[in-house]
Amino acid sequence: MRRAEIITAALMAGLSLYLMFKSMELPIGWIPGEGPGGGFWPFWLAACMFGSTIWVAINWFRRSSPPSQSEEPYLDSYAMKMFILVGGGVTGMIGLVEIIGMHLAAAVFLIYYIRFLGGHSWKVTLGIAVPTPVVTFLFFDIALRKFLPTGLMDPLYIPLYDIFL
Amino acid sequence: MELLGLLSDGFLVAFEPLNLGLIVLGVVVGLFVGAMPGLGSVNGVAILLPMTFLVPPASAIMFLAALYYGAMYGGAISSIMLGIPGASTAVATTFDGRPLAMQGEADKALIAAALASFAGGTISVILFTLFAPPLASVALDFGDPEIFALMILAFATFVGLSGDDIAKTIFSICIGMVMSAIGFDIISGEPRLVLFDLIGFQSKINFLVLAIGIYGIGEMMWTIEVSRGETMMSKATITWDRTMSNLKIIWGTWKAWLMGSGLGFFVGILPAAGATPGSLMAYGVAKMTAKDPSRFGKGAVEGVVAPEAANNAASTGSMLPMLTLGIPGSPTTAVLLGGMVIWGLQPGPRLFVTETDFVWGLIASLYAANLFAVIINIAFIPLFLWFLRTPFTILAPLIFVLSMVGGYASTERMFDVWLMLILGVGGYLMRKLDYPVAPAVLAIVLGPIAEPALRQSLLISGGDAMVFVNRPIAGPITIIALVLLFLPAIQFVWRKYVRSTKQAAG
Repeated sequence: MRRAEIITAALMAGLSLYLMFKSMELPIGWIPGEGPGGGFWPFWLAACMFGSTIWVAINWFRRSSPPSQSEEPYLDSYAMKMFILVGGGVTGMIGLVEIIGMHLAAAVFLIYYIRFLGGHSWKVTLGIAVPTPVVTFLFFDIALRKFLPTGLMDPLYIPLYDIFL
Repeated sequence: MELLGLLSDGFLVAFEPLNLGLIVLGVVVGLFVGAMPGLGSVNGVAILLPMTFLVPPASAIMFLAALYYGAMYGGAISSIMLGIPGASTAVATTFDGRPLAMQGEADKALIAAALASFAGGTISVILFTLFAPPLASVALDFGDPEIFALMILAFATFVGLSGDDIAKTIFSICIGMVMSAIGFDIISGEPRLVLFDLIGFQSKINFLVLAIGIYGIGEMMWTIEVSRGETMMSKATITWDRTMSNLKIIWGTWKAWLMGSGLGFFVGILPAAGATPGSLMAYGVAKMTAKDPSRFGKGAVEGVVAPEAANNAASTGSMLPMLTLGIPGSPTTAVLLGGMVIWGLQPGPRLFVTETDFVWGLIASLYAANLFAVIINIAFIPLFLWFLRTPFTILAPLIFVLSMVGGYASTERMFDVWLMLILGVGGYLMRKLDYPVAPAVLAIVLGPIAEPALRQSLLISGGDAMVFVNRPIAGPITIIALVLLFLPAIQFVWRKYVRSTKQAAG
């Protein structure tokens, strides 16, 4: 935990400096007749972010914050396993949206999670994984007319739109 | 009398069939959301907000406000039955609710929680009805310096009162504000902070991207790690005779629920405080003022009643600054406020003048939601208990799917879905190191209000920052904000002084 604390502070300090640098693309000072320039607000906020990361680093050095005193691992074996399986699963689902569309990606993800991570029966798995995309399709695409991405499966949806819209 | 007239008009709006149906639905969904460990009102409101685009804005807000209310009731169910708070707002309910359940008196705890929530809700809505119109009429005179001073006050409460690491709280506030500045300069319209020159950053980051990322994805990952899939359900025996005798006992605790309601309402108004500290404080006060404090922690009914009245009262309290000043009193109201802006309703005092029907309809809907929540809660306790048995391995993937779909539907950009994932995972990893996430969500909502207020104020004053101190309303607000900002430092110096004088005396 202690190492994670200082690495995170360093990364966030880097991000803050980058944001300060980016803010300077617009004037950060006073423009006569217009008041503070467009970069003023984000620049000083990013400067505060940078200042607070330095403060976190000082607390780390003095061991005065709980994470800087902790010798526990940042992610223990269970947390790491779940982080990879769950985080990876969600990333995979979003990645699949570009290929098979959002509805089918959701179904694949539900099967992956409920059947393989959750260890539930196929009956339970399919009982949830099949109706869910149907409901999201009817709710978003049909009722709200917010067309969710269909990826390469677009031709499959055309007859459905013809029926419902 | 005028107040009663406006309120009765509000009831006519709230009791329109669509609105009434949505209030009942909101309460039911809220009860389920609140009852599920790891899910609270903010998760429910953030994830379900994109689904409400189907109905008119006023109805959507009533639905979400009813969900907020229902979740406050529901949180107690898992606190009592599983020993795991349904949401952080119900933490204090576990202290005595769980021991009662272990002693075979789960029914007493469940009914006490429901009735106390009803009392807290009712008292706080009455206080809300009385306080909101005068506060809004005062706020009508607010100019840019006053609005910016209020923003400082909102964030100062996080620094001074939240109890989180101060450096990390400031970081969280600032990063939320910076995120709200991405896209373009709201005054000149020039591109600004187009990070890594990505096209996706050429427009504003929708607050829902952060809210769903943090409360949909990040919070689920957090709950999966913390709960480790281990829960133990208590049994509840509910009979007519037992219910009647329980009601007598609960009625005897009127001092606790009255105190909890008042305390919760006023603590709820403060942006950094809200329902969680409100309920913990109410528990503390109930214990402190009890004849026999040793019963607390072992199954005292007052220990359930006080925090439950307080968390419901706080949820109403947090809506007061949201509606009258345009400043959310809690993360949930921050998301609600963001939703109102999407729907073209600018929260703030003018709402009371320009959207009278909506405002009073919403206030009346709170009365209705409170009544439906207590009836549905008590009538369907067995159903909630059955639902609580839903394994998290089924609920979590459904929430991930809803987050992805809802995140896309709100902006219709895949870029935002990826950003939501990054912010959600980032939020989870930062939270593990005690970085608070709520200030960032509030900041991304308030940033677009705070920046023009600051820049206009400085323009009016010719760059003189004293404009926030010199004016009669802005001045006191700024001073209170500064006191809160420096409160931790003052406390630190005071403790050091006391210690050194004690050492010198000893």
